[in-house]
Amino acid sequence: MAGAATEVAETPGEGKTIEAPAKPVDPRFEPEIIVFACHYCAYAAADLAGSMRLQYPANIRVIKLPCTGKLEVIHLLKALEAGADGVYAAGCMEGECHYLKGNIWARKRVEYTKTLVAELGMEPERVEMYNMSSAMGPRFAEVATEFTERIKRLGPSPVKRAAAAAAPAAAPSHDPAAVTHEEGQQS
Amino acid sequence: MITAERKPLEEILKLLEGQGKVLVAGCDTCVAICLTGGEKEAEILASELRIMAKKEGREVQIEHTSAIRQCEWEYLDTIADKVAEYPVVLSMACGIGIQSMAEKFAPKLVLPAVNTNMLGMPQEHAVWLERCGACGDCVIGETAGVCPVVRCSKSLMNGPCGGSHDGLCEVTGPNKEEIECAWALIYDRLKAQGREALMLELRPPKDWSKSSSGGPRKMVKEEAKPV
Repeated sequence: MAGAATEVAETPGEGKTIEAPAKPVDPRFEPEIIVFACHYCAYAAADLAGSMRLQYPANIRVIKLPCTGKLEVIHLLKALEAGADGVYAAGCMEGECHYLKGNIWARKRVEYTKTLVAELGMEPERVEMYNMSSAMGPRFAEVATEFTERIKRLGPSPVKRAAAAAAPAAAPSHDPAAVTHEEGQQS
Repeated sequence: MITAERKPLEEILKLLEGQGKVLVAGCDTCVAICLTGGEKEAEILASELRIMAKKEGREVQIEHTSAIRQCEWEYLDTIADKVAEYPVVLSMACGIGIQSMAEKFAPKLVLPAVNTNMLGMPQEHAVWLERCGACGDCVIGETAGVCPVVRCSKSLMNGPCGGSHDGLCEVTGPNKEEIECAWALIYDRLKAQGREALMLELRPPKDWSKSSSGGPRKMVKEEAKPV
């Protein structure tokens, strides 16, 4: 399970092999990733990762949900529509949802969204579901790193690519250092 | 209820070829309950179409709306202003709703985003089974509440046929799922009611003139017409 080309597969549905993109990805590419995190687990795990001073890519933007069961297909699509390069949901371990089955519903919705994304001619791997408990700070950091690496291999979202092609001068280059700085000021 | 399935995106895109301003219109009754064409699904399809356009670098204006029922003039009035803003409406209603929309807003281009497929019963959440063929001449009084017209694969009026085995039909569904033999069900239920003698009744060929083979049907209730 080691190496950049291998996905960590702790739960079903994860760990799909990703084909290399046809064109080499710009090494300066910094993906924008939206994370829908459950209040009871992944969001707390993110907190723990922070308390533990764990490093993970600054590419992820976390949106807290009361439960991943609140996640709708349209939320995932809207993220992609707005130009996110990847989006994932992080819910409780299966069988441990605070609301019993919210994370199972979320997984089904994520899987369905993958079919829609494929129908749109995009890589379904841009959408994923992960499970973790509130005690799994290191796992939160690991997932953030793993998913960011996955998206880096896939390259920018076709939505973003088309926008950049239409207005090459106006396409801003994403600077993760600036974001980290900005976030540091807020905290 | 009336059930429908969304058309493949490829087919929808072909219908919309060359169109940049599209209103996706959901219907919040039957197709919403069968999770195909309600407001939620209309929003998803509109988002999909926008993503596709962005991906291809096309400038489009695609929004969604929904009416409580697209098959009634009064409910179509509620979305008339929105419809007026768009040259093309992609309707997610059943065939009735789509046609009502096309008639109400003629000559506006109204396109279907779904295939209306049956009059189905939600057997469990997210599973629908065909229960009625709207044949216009109901026989289930003699068949213990089981419709042989749509539940028998051959629509036999005098069953079962030789393809019935252990309560199952020799025909399987599109996904190889097993189909209950309607006439085995009819026999079991008639027997439980003590009316199995009805199995011996010879039913003449069905009068299909009361179904769609008699041309488009029209129902008028004179006693209820406004005065």
